[in-house]
Amino acid sequence: MARIRLSEILVGVFMALGFVALFFLAMRVSNLSTAATGEGYNLTAKFDNIGSLRVRAPVTMAGVRLGRVEAIDFDQETFQALVTLRIEDRYDQIPTDTFANIFTAGLLGEQYIGLDPGGSPEVLGDGDRIEFTQSALVLEQMIGQFLLSKAEEGGE
Amino acid sequence: MLDSLARLGRVGLAILASLGRAHLLLVGILRGLPSMLVRPRLLLAQIYGVGVLSLLIIVVSGLFVGMVLGLQGYYVLSQFGAAESLGVMVAASLVRELGPVVTALLFAGRAGSALTAEIGLMKATEQLSGLEMMAVDPVKRVLTPRFFAGLISMPLLAALFSAIGVIGGWFVGVGLLGIDDGAFWGQMQNKIDFDEDLVNGVIKSLVFGLVVTWIALYEGYDATPTSAGVSRATTRTVVQSALAILGLDFILTALMFGG
Repeated sequence: MARIRLSEILVGVFMALGFVALFFLAMRVSNLSTAATGEGYNLTAKFDNIGSLRVRAPVTMAGVRLGRVEAIDFDQETFQALVTLRIEDRYDQIPTDTFANIFTAGLLGEQYIGLDPGGSPEVLGDGDRIEFTQSALVLEQMIGQFLLSKAEEGGE
Repeated sequence: MLDSLARLGRVGLAILASLGRAHLLLVGILRGLPSMLVRPRLLLAQIYGVGVLSLLIIVVSGLFVGMVLGLQGYYVLSQFGAAESLGVMVAASLVRELGPVVTALLFAGRAGSALTAEIGLMKATEQLSGLEMMAVDPVKRVLTPRFFAGLISMPLLAALFSAIGVIGGWFVGVGLLGIDDGAFWGQMQNKIDFDEDLVNGVIKSLVFGLVVTWIALYEGYDATPTSAGVSRATTRTVVQSALAILGLDFILTALMFGG
């Protein structure tokens, strides 16, 4: 009887250890503790060019993450990219004249959306659109512009 | 000419027949679930044999795999000035790939071979026929608890392996190589996604647990009831499990992360 009891205890310890490991992976290793993507409201923004922005890319203001990119669609009428941003509910004081940029984290890093707050007293709500946007910097275009300006200098 | 064709056909038919027997056995095992739930003690004893006794090898291997990942990852990442991403690298490779795969390989060697040998010897010494004589279905009584023990133990073992591995990588990266503690965990939490990485890793380990236990039980149940037959069956279990794990891992990875 004592032997069965011991094996029962050991099995219990084993299963508890396994669940602790799963819990550790979920809370400490993955983004579950910081995700909270469930509750929030959506904003949209149109960009001429989103570069290599991806769904789930962070949306930040002053470097703090306010939400994530929820969806990226293509607008057939204006030929622009329609980006849906999901902002967490607690950040509900974003002015209507906020400016949305697409930045790159580091030289080779992934792209994210940076918001510059405007001065309007009115705030954006669910489904509203951010009017002022700036496209992603595409490296080839920058090099092209640089070469063009160099060539013009040389021509004078 | 015709002889060699016939031989080829015979091999093909034998493989098909073996696959068919394996699936029939699986159906029989699953049918035993209700009667096993009536006697949970049978399952408990098997979880002890399959899971608890595999703990040591899993924990020690996980620790060393994580520590090696920490060392090697640091060597490459520091050349790009991205040593702070070590946590992401260690955690992603462990949770997505190494945790489920290495655990399954060790599980096949440690628990799968033992299951095959046990069932094969039960068959060779006619214990299974003895059970049948007493009107006890040996599949339900002997195989079902072992199957579910493997199915339950494998994801838990894989999670333990990954968790211990991350701690091993943390020990090497933060403790020995001097990476910032906050950057190590912070970048990891930023990049490792719960649904994308963790849940897929657990699904992988569940699939591997099913396949390894199934192969082990089938090989034991189907073994030629002699000493040589049992030894061949044990070898086949380890070889086929390893091949199935690696092949399935490629398919699962392509399905989960390929898109």
